[in-house]
Formats: sequence, structure tokens, C-alpha cells
Amino acid sequence: MALISVKNLTRVFDVSKPWLNRVIERRGKALLTAVSDVDFEVAERSTYGLVGESGSGKSTIGRMLVGLLTPSDGTVEIGGVNLAAETNAGKVDAVRSDIQMIFQDPFASLNPRWRVRDIVVEPVVARGGDATGLAEKLLEQVGLSAADAGKFPHEFSGGQRQRICIARALSSEPKLIVCDEPTSALDVSVQAQVLNLMSDLKDNFGLTYVLISHDLTVVQHMSDVIGVLYLGRLVEEATPDELFNNTKHPYTKMLLEAAPLMDGFGREAALPEGEIPDPINPPSGCAFHPRCPIAEDICRQERPLLRLVDNARVACHLAQ
Amino acid sequence: MSDAVLSIRNLSVEIPTRSGVVKPVDGVSYDISAGEILGVVGESGAGKSMAGNAVIGLLNPPAHIAQGEIWLNGTRIDALKGEAMRRLRGKEIGMVFQDPLTSLNPLLSIGDQLTETMLTHLPISRAEAGKRAVAALEEVGIPGAAERIDSYPHEFSGGMRQRVVIALALCAEPSLIIADEPTTALDVSVQAQIIALLKRLCRDRGTAVMLITHDMGVIAEAADRVAVMYAGRLAELGRVRDVLTQPQHPYTGGLMASTPLASAGKARLHQIEGAMPRLDNVPDGCPFHPRCTYAESKCRAAPAPQISQNHAACWFPLMAQKVS
Ligand SMILES: Nc1ncnc2c1ncn2[C@@H]1O[C@H](COP(=O)(O)OP(=O)(O)OP(=O)(O)O)[C@@H](O)[C@H]1O
Ligand SMILES: Nc1ncnc2c1ncn2[C@@H]1O[C@H](COP(=O)(O)OP(=O)(O)O)[C@@H](O)[C@H]1O
Ligand code: SF4
Ligand code: SF4
Ligand SMILES: [Mg+2]
Ligand SMILES: [Mg+2]
Repeated sequence: MALISVKNLTRVFDVSKPWLNRVIERRGKALLTAVSDVDFEVAERSTYGLVGESGSGKSTIGRMLVGLLTPSDGTVEIGGVNLAAETNAGKVDAVRSDIQMIFQDPFASLNPRWRVRDIVVEPVVARGGDATGLAEKLLEQVGLSAADAGKFPHEFSGGQRQRICIARALSSEPKLIVCDEPTSALDVSVQAQVLNLMSDLKDNFGLTYVLISHDLTVVQHMSDVIGVLYLGRLVEEATPDELFNNTKHPYTKMLLEAAPLMDGFGREAALPEGEIPDPINPPSGCAFHPRCPIAEDICRQERPLLRLVDNARVACHLAQ
Repeated sequence: MSDAVLSIRNLSVEIPTRSGVVKPVDGVSYDISAGEILGVVGESGAGKSMAGNAVIGLLNPPAHIAQGEIWLNGTRIDALKGEAMRRLRGKEIGMVFQDPLTSLNPLLSIGDQLTETMLTHLPISRAEAGKRAVAALEEVGIPGAAERIDSYPHEFSGGMRQRVVIALALCAEPSLIIADEPTTALDVSVQAQIIALLKRLCRDRGTAVMLITHDMGVIAEAADRVAVMYAGRLAELGRVRDVLTQPQHPYTGGLMASTPLASAGKARLHQIEGAMPRLDNVPDGCPFHPRCTYAESKCRAAPAPQISQNHAACWFPLMAQKVS
């Protein structure tokens, strides 16, 4: 069963200059569509990976999933409840406590003046729950020791801090954790420890993850299904095997080709064309067309819809 | 000295702190030849940047070179100070850092920055420098270079800025480039472009490059040789293919195996237990011993043997074991 169901999800930001500047410079409003008409489902107890380059809308989707940001259009349903529209406060509260988020920067996301114990149990205490002994138990579950509860965040390394963030996320016994670049600030050896911990916890607690990352290898290792984003649009969605071995979207192909290989000694990769365009004025039709090696006229005119090709969903006119 | 462009011999950097003197770089030696890219890898805090900064004379006091020698094209430079160091840095060593904005002056146009740098270091006229500035931008792949020459840094994207920084680093025709995490802040597609650019320019001009990064994939694709650092020391040094496919130091082996790629198809990633020691708490003997599955009493008692070419700083090097 799908735990998350996202339909036509869209988020527009107003990035206009102040009113007076607009009048002086004779400019209109500037609207940035960070997420555009995105559809996907996440099955219970699975891991859904979201990949894409900077500015592709990964974090914006993540923040809408956990309710930190409201959609401009479309819906997010978690366990059948649409948080933005649901009026039953009890239902909203129940779903909210089922969702937690982990962020990239384990340094910025911990209050430096709080002891680790108070940080870890904060989500429980905020709801008036009983937190006796909880921090100690959770810290041991994430591979730290009960004695660490009395320490302050600055006494820990980056990887240990991310473990503290994970312990905090677990404290309210969530079903879903949205992880936004959980290991991007960590070294590979520490990343391996944190990813292994995440896999173990998923098995032990029956968790569902949405894993946001710009690192294809991390997403490949962790995910059951991967969604690739480009300029706010979902361009390809498939299982890791299908995505890596039978790549269908030209953008996904470009990304895979550009990623450095551990055995790519002296490799001269086919270089990507150009850079990501300005999201305020995205290209017409398929947003990837100015960089696409096989673009045709239709690509400039019509936005391709996501459609089923083999076992993948692909938004490309020419994919087959 | 050898015919290396850069020779670092037994270099140590020390920082006096309240809890005693710490050594972020401890007895490091390596050479880089003309046209060669030496990759320097290791986890954050391993001392990669400190070693690079020591070469450029950019250590922040109280950090200082406590021991060792640095030679550039046969001239000893570790004791150079002030104006002499500044001239050498501008002329003989180009620098590229993670954040391009730290290397660019926000108030000067791109063209002015390139021209001024060339006029300071090369015996050419202003008109000639102006011409070369456009050519330099073309060479690093800025489209419409002649029109963009009067643009300011904020008008460029992150990838374009890093291209400009590379143009700036190369315009005085240095013999050495130190690139410290030059692509860490960039997207994969832009990273591929920047790495290819760096490789091409250095090959064409015979520039020696110190490429500092924590990304093994970047090292594999760009570097000729690699130096692996751990807790301020050199763990392993050798040809990139040898070190990555047949690591001799258990730390290098663990590092390679813990990447998701090396564990393809496995449910769990290979894990090196524990963490790199803090500088004020580096263990005696081999600094890796508390985490090493091969450690024996000798490793705890005696510092690992000094590294030499194609050998690891390890008492019991892994013998030709392929990383799975
Ligand atoms: N609060 C905001 N106001 C205006 N624009 C925003 C805001 N948040 C995000 N954006 C814009 O929306 C787009 C998508 O941003 P988002 O943070 O979701 O990207 P991302 O895929 O997470 O990128 P990264 O890999 O850099 O984290 C970007 O162009 C960004 O500049
Ligand atoms: N001013 C300082 N005082 C004390 N320690 C420092 C100072 N600057 C850097 N260090 C330490 O020196 C070590 C090496 O740093 P660095 O060369 O920047 O590492 P890397 O580039 O490999 O990540 C780190 O442990 C760092 O914390
Ligand atoms: S729709 Fe056209 S431009 Fe877009 S990815 Fe497919 S072929 Fe390329
Ligand atoms: S010297 Fe000993 S402890 Fe150090 S890496 Fe080699 S085997 Fe391990
Ligand atoms: Mg983000
Ligand atoms: Mg560094």
C-alpha cells in the first residue's frame, strides 16, 4: 500500500524584487516554479530516492512532504490524509507525529546550548509525552552511548551528530522519515556507517524513507525506487536496476555519464552540454531541450508527460 | 633536488594550543613533476589543506612550518616571507579553491582581474594583456568571451565562476597549480566539465597540479598519482591505478571498500569502525591502529615505517589484495 501519494505537486516562489525597484526598473513580478506537476507514490516500508542537481526541487518536495511548506497546487497525502486540507485536528496531529525529517547539516540542525538528551526527546516532550530514559535508549540504538545524553553537540564529530539527529527523528516513533542529503556533509567512511545504521533502523522499526541526495551511488544503494528531477520536474522514475542498466531519459544518461567512476582511470567522459538554465525562465516544451543531444522540434513546443516505457515512467517525447 | 616542480620533504606543521602542540601535518613528503596531477585524498581534517597552505605560505598563525623543506623548481621556498612569497605565489603558483568567490574580487570586472594579474607577473603591454585575457576566457570555455570580459563575478553561475578562477590561476603561466576541492561545491555535470578543463590545460602546458579532494572518483579520473593522508600523515603514495585497485594500507583499502560503488549489490556497506582521531589525541605507534583489523603489538609500539615511493606507511601492508 502507498504510504505517500503525491499528485500534481507544484510550488511557486515569488522571487520579485521589492515593489519600488520593480517600478523603477520597469520589471514585472518574477515567479520561480521550484516544483512543477510532480506525481509519485511511495510504498509503505520502502525507500524512495529523489536525485537531481542543485535547484532541481528536491528539498522543496521534501519540505512539502513533511508539511514545512504548503503546495501552490496539487496534493500530498500521507496515510490517506491530506495535511494541507484536513480539518480534523486529531487526524492531522496523528499523521504529523508519524513524519520526521533529517537534514544535511548536522552542525546547523542541533541547538548548541541544549544537552543531547533534551535535543533527542524534544519531539516527544513537545507533545507532552513521557521521555524518561528515552534519550539513553535511542542513543544506544544509533550506536552512541547512554552517557552521551549529558553532553553538548560540540563534543561530537559530524557523523556522531548525524546519529543524534537520527535518534531525535526516531523518538516520536515515526513511520516516515524524509532524509534531505543525510550524508552529503560526511566523509565516505562515516557515510558508510550512517547509511548502514539507516538500513538497520528501517528493518527494525518498519520505517519508510524518502531519501534526497545528489549522489547517484548513495541513492542507488539505498532505494527501492528512484525519481530523477530536472528543473522541478520528475523526468524519470524506475527501480535502481532499471534506471542504471536501461536508462531512458537523456538527462539521466547525461548524469550517469558525468558521475566520476572509481575505476575510471584517465577516462574522458562525454562532457555535458551547458549548464542548468535559469529556473525563472525555464525553456519551453521539454525543459532539457537546450542541452539534449537528440532534441527535435516537438521538444521545443510541447512539454512531455510522464508515461510508462517498459518498467519505468519517463517524461521524454522520444524515449522508447 | 630531483627534477620535480614541487618537492615536499618531511614537512610538519604545528599549532600551539592550550592543551599542547598539535601537528595537523606530520612528516609528509611528496613530489609533483611537470604535467603531472597528484591527487591528495583523505577525510576531512586529515591535513590535506594544511599541507597545501604550507606550500603557498598561507598558514594562519599560530600554525607554522615546524620542520621540513619545500622546494619549487629547485629553489627552497619554505622560509620565504612577505613580498617575496607574494610574488612567487602570483607568478609560480596558481590557486583554485572550493568557493570561487574567495578568489575573485567582486568590485573588478573579470577582464580587469585577468589583465592586472598578467601585468604584475608577465613582461607584456596592456594591449597584449587585454588580448590574452579574452583568449584565456575562451580557453576555459566561457561562451562569448569577448562580450563577457567586462562582466563582474556575480553575473556568472557557480560553474562559470570556477572557470574564471582557473583562467586567473593559469594566466601568469605558473608551474604549479594547487586546487583545493575545486569541484566540491559544484553539480556533477559541471564538475565533469571543470575536471576535464583542468586536465586538458595542465597537460597542454605541462603545469604540475596538486588536486586536493575527498572524492575518490575524481581522483581516479583525474590524477596520475595519489597521496592518501590520515591524521596528518601520509598513509600511502603511488600510481593512482595501483593504489585504488591494490591498496597496500588497510586504511586505503577500507576507504575504497566503504564507497557505495564498491559494495554494489550488497545490503550493507563495508564499514571502518570508529573515527579518525582528534589532533590532540593521536594514538602512539601507527595512528590507524585502534581501527585497523590487522593491528599487532608492533603497530601500537612503533610508528609505522616512513613511506617511500609505492609503499604504504604500514608494518603489514595488504599484499596485492584486490578491493572487492
Ligand atoms: N524559499 C524560497 N524562495 C525562493 N526560491 C526558492 C525558495 N526555496 C527554494 N527556492 C528555489 O527553488 C528551486 C528548487 O530549490 P530546492 O532547494 O528544492 O533545490 P534542491 O534540489 O534541494 O537543490 P540542492 O541540491 O542545491 O539542495 C531553486 O531554484 C531554489 O532557488
Ligand atoms: N587554527 C587551528 N587551530 C587548531 N587546529 C586547526 C586549526 N586549523 C586547522 N586545524 C586542524 O588541522 C587539521 C587539518 O586541517 P585541514 O588541513 O584543513 O584538513 P583537510 O583539508 O584534510 O580537511 C584539522 O584537524 C583541523 O581541525
Ligand atoms: S523530450 Fe526531447 S529534449 Fe526532452 S529529453 Fe526527450 S528528446 Fe530530449
Ligand atoms: S601499521 Fe599496523 S595498525 Fe597501522 S595500518 Fe598497518 S597493520 Fe594496521
Ligand atoms: Mg536541497
Ligand atoms: Mg580542506
